Amino acid sequence: MSELPQFASELWVSRWAIAQGLGTTILISMLAIVLGTILGTFVGLVLVYSRWVSRFLVRIYVDFVRGTPVFVLVLASFYLLSQIGIQLTAFQAGLFALVIFCSTHVGENLRGALLSLPRGQTEAAKAIGLTFPQLFVYVLAPQALRQALPAWINTATEMVKASTLLSVIGVLELLLVTKQIISRNFMSLEFYFTAGLIYFLIDYAIERAGKAVERRIALPT
Amino acid sequence: MGYHLNFGAVWRDFDLLLSGLGLGLALAIVSIFAGCWIGLVAAFAMNAKRPASRRVAGCYVTAIRNTPLLVLILFSYFVLPRFGFRIGKVESFILTLSIYAGAYLTEVFRGALLALPRGLREAGLAIGLTEWQTKVWIIIPIMLRNAFPALGNNFISLFKDTSLAAAIAVPELTFYARQINVNTFRVIETWSVASLMYVAACYVIAAGLRFMERRLAIPR
Repeated sequence: MSELPQFASELWVSRWAIAQGLGTTILISMLAIVLGTILGTFVGLVLVYSRWVSRFLVRIYVDFVRGTPVFVLVLASFYLLSQIGIQLTAFQAGLFALVIFCSTHVGENLRGALLSLPRGQTEAAKAIGLTFPQLFVYVLAPQALRQALPAWINTATEMVKASTLLSVIGVLELLLVTKQIISRNFMSLEFYFTAGLIYFLIDYAIERAGKAVERRIALPT
Repeated sequence: MGYHLNFGAVWRDFDLLLSGLGLGLALAIVSIFAGCWIGLVAAFAMNAKRPASRRVAGCYVTAIRNTPLLVLILFSYFVLPRFGFRIGKVESFILTLSIYAGAYLTEVFRGALLALPRGLREAGLAIGLTEWQTKVWIIIPIMLRNAFPALGNNFISLFKDTSLAAAIAVPELTFYARQINVNTFRVIETWSVASLMYVAACYVIAAGLRFMERRLAIPR
């Protein structure tokens, strides 16, 4: 443990780099979760309620994205989008891949939650004369969201973890910053451990917060 | 745009891509097999009476599940050699993926163990089996059959996770795809073929797992 003071000083030297990397990681994750959830809500709605043509197309989209590793999605969107004339920075291309990935997970999750609701709910709502938007907003969505929350929290932690993949295409997030620090001082154990610990704390916090919300909104038994 | 599709470059190296796919599958199979053993031990530890073993297993599962796999891979690849473990990149990747799989399988097995009726263990003890024999011959076989669907899902996601091995230059599908991409600049062709290969492999695995699921299901 004679290396500890040296580690402390190296950590102090690189504190701003780490903070900046952490900021980028949080920004990527939050954007991916928010945009992915918005897109995923549409995906879920189409999968449950639309006509068969659009449902079929969206089903292909979901199966294709879910069958491909996120890492391949990130690399493909980084190399591919610029090739077909869409000029994006590495940040935007990586974010695009994460949003796509997130949307399929949220969509499947929402589909499962909507389909698990008893048919009687829809029938009762129609019987008292609600239109479809009213039926969805007041009857189905509140119940489906409660069902979908645990899996959604899981997806959120998954997105934080997936943001590390952007280090490979050169986005300066926490892991790439860590790699750069290590290439300067060769303290791989200490700094990989630090990075792992930071990711752990973020994901653990999300998980804990999710559990707390779950308890809050659980149906009284 | 001026981009003309030309799959020639990709077909020329298609055998490389196929060998990469095979290596990915092999990595996933070895890792899930090793992960099953870790998961079994940790799942029994989590359901054990002693709080110490429960806490150790719980820490392992929480720590691994909340850390990005890429960080774990880089950690074991770059840090283990510093302690004198001279292992290659494939071995280090298998080690990491097994430990990673073990954490997820612990949760699967723990749930499956809790779902078993208590009478099974009591019946085993009643016919004179020891605690160990009951576990090995009664509890684990039935638990594995119940856990099989979840085990299959984990296998598919592990197979997709093998793409991360490209980050430490293990020559699997993603690694070769990147190589072909960089060498030939056939960007669209390379990535569409590579992702289609992953999708197709996942479909085939899923179909195979469903078939085995039907065969293994406990008849009612």
